[in-house]
Amino acid sequence: MISNAPLVEFLTALADDELLIGHRDAEWTGYAPILEEDIAFSNIAQDEIGHGLVWYSLLEPMTGKTPDQMGFERPSADFRCCRFVTYPRGDFAYTVMRQYLYDEAEQVRLESLVACPSTPVRDAAAKILQEEAYHLLHSKGLVLRLGSATEESHGRMAKALADAFPQALGMFEPLNSEGQLIEAGIFPGNASLRVRWMDRILPVLRQATIPVESLGSHDATMKPDLGGRRGDHLPHLAQALSDLQSVYQSEKGASW
Amino acid sequence: MIASRNAERVWELLRTIPDPEIPVVSLVDLRIVTGVEVTGDGVHVTLRPTFSGCPALHHMREEVERVLRADGFDPVRVTVDHTKSWSTDELDEPTKDRMRSIGLAPPPRRTKDLEADLAVPVQCPQCGSMSTRLDSAFGSTLCRQLYLCTACRQSFDRFKPL
Repeated sequence: MISNAPLVEFLTALADDELLIGHRDAEWTGYAPILEEDIAFSNIAQDEIGHGLVWYSLLEPMTGKTPDQMGFERPSADFRCCRFVTYPRGDFAYTVMRQYLYDEAEQVRLESLVACPSTPVRDAAAKILQEEAYHLLHSKGLVLRLGSATEESHGRMAKALADAFPQALGMFEPLNSEGQLIEAGIFPGNASLRVRWMDRILPVLRQATIPVESLGSHDATMKPDLGGRRGDHLPHLAQALSDLQSVYQSEKGASW
Repeated sequence: MIASRNAERVWELLRTIPDPEIPVVSLVDLRIVTGVEVTGDGVHVTLRPTFSGCPALHHMREEVERVLRADGFDPVRVTVDHTKSWSTDELDEPTKDRMRSIGLAPPPRRTKDLEADLAVPVQCPQCGSMSTRLDSAFGSTLCRQLYLCTACRQSFDRFKPL
């Protein structure tokens, strides 16, 4: 039986990733290039924040903290999300590319959890996977279309990949308790998830005619953007949290 | 004996609570209630969300508490199991008919292939035509998606298959 601390670290990283990508996606509400995308990203944002809630609710019996306390009361240094999800939304090409790279990573991560010995973790993963199918269908479809639509869209998607890829590798930054989690069979480990992820994204990016040569092979030489999993964040996180937490912090304990 | 009568009563009351976004169906129709446990005068109800991020869950929870208290149950405890899966395949035909009656196309049966499921033709709940197309897999709420009927030129929502 695994002690709680590694599982708390693991679930906090999952939950924080979801909350932050959801927050960044929500920044398109009212601003997306077309109405359908405005609706899509607003929905996806709501889903991702909902998935954060699922993981935070699993943490509650272990930490004694409610989902609201986890989301709204912690300072940025206590967050364990990867840096990737904290970057500002950028242009629409970057948003689409980030969402696609994230969605594929989430798929491999959740699929690996379906075999987890913890029943609530397994159940939560299965529930979230059902909903995530919509996200992947959407982001993959946009990558394929925008990658080869026009010279401008191709160029912008290629640049988005070049910008996002080293950041995306940060999704697979090892956790402190990585070894214990693998040993307990909670998940197969980030190195293994990263290999599976690469196997999924490369064929899609190639089909989208987006250049992938510079990404290297499975052992990409590119410097991954690490730090988030140990609380070493860029100023983007504090900025995002000041927005995200401002209403709650202005009247702690208010009921709605 | 008394406990079982009271559980029946709880289910009866829960059947009167409408979904806030689809008021023609109840929380029981939507298979959101997963457990009712009556102990003495008290009751413990367990709910599960449809879509994880459904913002209506708060309201549903409050309604369950309010309605059961008003009927004399005390204490009333409502818990939400966020990890429990939910699927549109659990909805029965009368529930789907009631969705149609307010112009909401019901969800189709799911397969493992979401893309294929979304390609299955959908009947317009307004004019009955099959000449419709999916405008967006997303919609005005997490559980709806946007269609256009090319026959009557009206847009309509369909309950998002999950």
